[in-house]
Parts: sequence; structure tokens; C-alpha cells
Amino acid sequence: MMTTPASTTTIDLVQRFPGSVSADTRPGYSGFIVEKDKLVEVATAIRDEFGFDLLTAVTGVDYLPENKMEVVYHAYKTTGGPGLCFKVQVPREDPVEVPSLIHIYPGVDLQEREAWDLLGIKFTGHPDLRRILMWEGFEGHPLRKDWKEAFYEEDAKPFKSRWPDGKFYMAEDNTPLKDNLNFPQNFDPEKWIPEDDQMLYQSLKRYTVKNEEGLETDRIVVNMGPQHPSTHGVFRAAITLDGETIVGLKPVVGYLHRNHDKIGERNTFLQNMPFTDRLDYFNSMSNNFGYAIAVEKLMNIPVAERADYIRVIMAELSRIQNHLVFIGMLLNDLGAMYTPALYAFEERELILDIFEAVSGARMMCNYLRFGGVVRDIPEDVMQKIKDMVFERLPAKTDEMDRLLSENEVLVSRLKGVKVLDAETAIKYSVTGPVLRAAGVPYDLRRADPYSVYDRFDFDVAVRQNGDMYDNYAIRLDEIRQSLRILEQAVKGIPQGPINSQKPQYQVRVPAGEAYGRIESPKGELAFYVVSNGKPNPWRYHVRPASFVNITALEEMCIGTKIADFVALLGMLDIVMGELDR
Amino acid sequence: MYGKGILKGLGVTWKRFWNTYIDDIAWLIRGKKRYYTEEGVKHRSSKNTRGIFTVQYPEERLILPEEARYLPFLVYDEGENGKKEVRCTSCGICAKVCPPQCIWIVRSNDPNTGRPIPEPTEFFIDADICMNCGFCAEYCPFDAIIMDHDFEIASYSRNVYNMEKLLKPASYYRSIRPENYARNEAERKAKEEAKAAKAAGAQKATAA
Repeated sequence: MMTTPASTTTIDLVQRFPGSVSADTRPGYSGFIVEKDKLVEVATAIRDEFGFDLLTAVTGVDYLPENKMEVVYHAYKTTGGPGLCFKVQVPREDPVEVPSLIHIYPGVDLQEREAWDLLGIKFTGHPDLRRILMWEGFEGHPLRKDWKEAFYEEDAKPFKSRWPDGKFYMAEDNTPLKDNLNFPQNFDPEKWIPEDDQMLYQSLKRYTVKNEEGLETDRIVVNMGPQHPSTHGVFRAAITLDGETIVGLKPVVGYLHRNHDKIGERNTFLQNMPFTDRLDYFNSMSNNFGYAIAVEKLMNIPVAERADYIRVIMAELSRIQNHLVFIGMLLNDLGAMYTPALYAFEERELILDIFEAVSGARMMCNYLRFGGVVRDIPEDVMQKIKDMVFERLPAKTDEMDRLLSENEVLVSRLKGVKVLDAETAIKYSVTGPVLRAAGVPYDLRRADPYSVYDRFDFDVAVRQNGDMYDNYAIRLDEIRQSLRILEQAVKGIPQGPINSQKPQYQVRVPAGEAYGRIESPKGELAFYVVSNGKPNPWRYHVRPASFVNITALEEMCIGTKIADFVALLGMLDIVMGELDR
Repeated sequence: MYGKGILKGLGVTWKRFWNTYIDDIAWLIRGKKRYYTEEGVKHRSSKNTRGIFTVQYPEERLILPEEARYLPFLVYDEGENGKKEVRCTSCGICAKVCPPQCIWIVRSNDPNTGRPIPEPTEFFIDADICMNCGFCAEYCPFDAIIMDHDFEIASYSRNVYNMEKLLKPASYYRSIRPENYARNEAERKAKEEAKAAKAAGAQKATAA
């Protein structure tokens, strides 16, 4: 594993660009502040000279009191090691403009659109800067601190109307048509024609071709979704077709958008914990894990050792059930209705039973607390985990393997259908099993170990071809590796307290920023949290794996047949709760 | 050989198919019921389960673990003459920690002095907003609010629970969460003893 001390790069970057890069010296912050005009040049150097080839997150932050906007970039090396954080600050005047990095890191595409949509940061040079999560015609940029939502009550929870004089009211009594909707001026819903479809098709227009006789021919545009059984939720893709071949594709998301970030900024730090459950609802334990790590970094507190082991056990169990269901659902998408899916669900049920016994809920676990976990694993549940890890799950993984891996029909359907090659995957910031199936052994548990993962002996599952079959098979490999980790964790779990802190409903978080990231089953899940010392986070940003991974969807699909689209989308293993937030 | 993989896969489904009978027959021979009994449900969700896995809700039910949580309720101790001694002191911690802010508490004041007295006059939980996170029960210093096990609350109208609907006796709490109840009682007892010891100590000190 490569370990470049962060300090060396610090000096290098400031020396390399004297005058245009400076270290971020605000207390609790790290990284560099880059001059806006030099951003593209600096980013090119960061990628080409310093080797930070994977730009994982683009986050906009609104510093209203200082009257400026900040865009935070987190870049990492696919060979592992600590990352590099660089920022651009621009005055908070209309228009807020930052040069786009899309030509250096194409993976920023959707994330820049998100920052434009929610914060109104204009990325100059972005070819398709449309709203992404909110609908076209929406007025304002909701994550700006001076924007207030419908049903706005107060800037931060807890609300004053709850206690001691609880004036009860029903939310719907604030009648929807008065307070719930905020129409732009002179807006008449009866006469409104939505622009977003036109703009969407405009961005697909470039595929118009001239044939030999000089006739301009439009391609056919097919809309997959939003209501389509294969899209795993309300996901829509506008696909341009030449015959049966895909020549262009634009994902349309945001149907499940609930502005998780804004809710998070209203909440106290602890109150965010159950909300993270609702991101990737298949892996609420992993989501808790990522958020807890981010806030613990910010609070600078240790985690009880036993709790760390419990966290690892829960995260790996949830990875196993996620991958099993992935395989089942993939086969569903391919037309092998339900047999593999139901076999997978049986194991998932048993794992969810464990979650329910320790946390109280099957899916919305809300199990982790800052510094530890909420309660210890009872003896009988520990026994059940052991039984599952040592006996049942290995056998059932093998059974799944026997059922599918050599099946000629499946193999001929999957083998040789390309998903992504390594270079494109890195370019588009794809993480998780899809990246590893393309031959890049980049797993955060190894590349940038967190929690106690450095104590376990396991291999990073990696496959070389990056085709559909590898993407399928790597999930089985990962289940086996997870089982290896689990075996060691279950055997080596120490006795002791389960939380290093006293239980407290209001945690004190010093001012600063933190970027906590984990290897969730779907890729890198990261939380960027900024605190200003108050009980609520100033900025709470989720970097969901699904959302960033679909940046590569167009690249994946171009040149393949439309029949493969369903399977290719299935490969990315998206979850709309996380994607749309 | 082409088709070997398919046959292998079919072997798995074939085995699964026979498994649906093996356990049924074995239980029949032993004269036990695999379905519609607690024992059977327990077996079907154990590590050895094979064959039919589904549970025929509502005739059969999964056995809820003690920590299962669904919608909070308020605990009262049964006093003399069936008087309801509400444990809640309306300190407001649950209302403050609640992530979706679905708890409203009206604190009562002494009509004579105007000072707050430790008892709520009214307590609302908007059950349709509640996200069942369990924070209120977790951070309540008096074990006055507890997460319920009753998940069958479907209704034709909005579920807004007031104090009358929320109050449940401590014996109910004991019946759904025996371990937690025992632990809480032990803690309370220890606290009271410590308090008494302290008071005795203070008395001694003043006497001395």
C-alpha cells in the first residue's frame, strides 16, 4: 500500500503554483485554496503530475456569513493512500461562477450539475448544465442558506413549538396549495409547458446525422422509465437509438428527491443518524458507519474497540445480503424470474433477523452512535451470527455459485458484453465492485483503511475483463472475502465497553470540516460534514456511490444494444433512495 | 460438455424442491407441527431452515426480538385504586431529540405558584410522521417512553396519538420487554438506594 504523507504534497502544491495556491489555514480545515482562474491548470497538475486520478467528490458549500461560496474537491489515488482536498472560493454574488473540471475529470458531470441545481454555482464550460434533482422551472437553489422551504418552521431543530408549550398542529393543516407550493411570479400551472423535456432532448440532438442524400435524420428517442420494472425504482433514461444500437443516453433522476442535505442541516448531528438509514435502504448499517466516521473525525474521539468490531460485523453482513440480492435481482432483470432472487432473499431474511435483534429494526437500523454502537450484541444473537458465518452462508454462497456461474445460458449472455474498462471507470469516478471488476484493485478497506479493517486478513476481490460476467462474479468473490473478514471478526471480538462516550442526546462538535468515507457495497459512500460549533451541521453532504456511478452510464451503454441497457443498469446496482436523496 | 452448467443448476433447484418435503415429512413422523406453531416458526427462521421458508401472516407470526421497535408509548405505574402514575416528567428530552419533531408536550404548571410541575398535561405523537428511530426511548432518563411492539396500526385516517392513547401500564412494558424492564428496575432500585444512603449520610453529618 502506498502511503504518501499528506504534508509532502502540501508543500509541493504550494511551491508548484506560488501565488495561486495556498494552504487552508482555517481552524479545523485542511487542504488548499486554489485561485479560481488557475483551477483548471492546478487540477490538471494534480491529475497528471501528482497522480490523483480519482476525483471522488465535488461539494458546494454556502458560507453565508462570509458572503462566499466554496467548491470542495476530494481527489484520491487509485493506488491507495490519503487524498488531496482542494477548494475554490468565489464571492457570493450573482452569478457564482467556477470553471468546470469536466474535461479533466469527466466524473464530475452529475456532481457539478447537482451543485448548480442545489446551490446555484455556475460551472463555466460544462456542456450540459441543467438542473438534476429539482425539476426544471423550480425557483431558487434550495441548499442556499437563505432559501426557505415550504413548511419552514425554524432554522434548526429542535423546534420551539414542541416543548414546553406543545402547540400541536397537523402538517397538512398548512394547506398544500397555500404554503406547500412556492410558484414563481406570474406563474399559471394551467398554461405551463415543462421545458425540461425539451432541454433534455436538446442535449441528445447532437446525434442528428446527415445521410448520403443530405437528408437530416433524427434518431429515435426511447424513454426507459421512470416507471419501468427494470430500473429499480423511479429512474428514467432517455436513450437515442440508431436501429437497436444506443448512440446517446441521458439519465434523468430526482423523482425521489427530498433534499436530504437540507434536512441534514436542520437536524442536530445525532438526529441525522436515522436519516442516513434511508439513503441506501439495503445497507443502513453501512450508511450509519460512514456518517459516524465523518462526525467522529470532526469530534476527534476514539471508538470503543468492541464497537469497532461490531461495526465491521454489521457492515460485512449487510454487504453479503446486498450482493446476494444483487445477483438475484440481476437475474430477474435478465429474465430468470425469481428463482435466484428468492434464494437470495432467504439469506437476506436471516441476516435481517440479526439486524432486528441487535438494533430493533430490519432495515432502518439506526444502530451506530458517535464513539460506538447503541447496544451490545446479545449472547444468543452472537451465536446466530457465528452459525450463519461459519455454516450457512458459505454453503449458500457455494449453492448460488453452482446454480448460476457455469450456466451456459447465463454465461453466453454475460461474457464479453463490456461494462467498463479500467481507464474509463477511473475517469468517470466509478467506485466499488464495478471498478474492481475492471481490474483496478481499489477498495477503501485496503486503500485507505478505516475502523479496524487493517487488522483483518483478506484479499481485495478483483477481476480483469470488466465485462458483465466479471461484474457478476466479483460479487460472489466479495461475499467470500466478507465471510473471511467476518470469521476473523467474530473470533477476535474483544470484550469491553461498546461506546467510548457517555450517551448524550446533544453532542458537542468543534468547528471544522471532515470527509468520512467507507467502502459501501455499492462503492464509495462519503459524508462531507462542516461544523461551525453549533449543534447543527453547517453543511452536510452525502456523496452516494450510486449517484456518481451513473455518470458512467452513457459511456457504458453507447455502442451496445438496447436490450443490454437493462442488464448494464443492473450492473451498477443503483438504489434510488441514495441516488435521489 | 455443453449443458453441464445448466444441469448443475437444475440439480440445485431439484434439491431445493425435495427439501420442501423432507422437513415436512420428518416433522410429521415426529408428530410435531411445522406450521401454525411457535416452534415451527422458530425452526423456519433458524440457521437450519430448509424447504418452505415463508410465514403465513396473519395466521402465523414471526417472533419479535425484544429490541424490536415500533412507535413509542408512555408508561404509567399502577398506583393505589388504579391511579395512573405517569412516569413522564415532561422534561422535553424526547421532544428535543426527535429527528422528525413529531412529539409535542404541554408541560403543566402549578395553578397556585405558576411553577412547572413534573407531569405533562398533554402529550401528542404524530404517528404518521414518526420514523420509529427509538431515540426518545433511548434518551429518556425516566424510562417513561418505550418503543412498542404493536405494528398493526393501519387505519383509514391520520394517526395522531394523544396522552390517552399513548398511556400503557408498566405491566405491558414488562410483558413485551422483560429483559429491559428488569434492567431498568434494577437501575431504579440502585438509584433509590444510593439516594437513601446519601440522605442517611447527610442526616448523620448534620447529627454529628
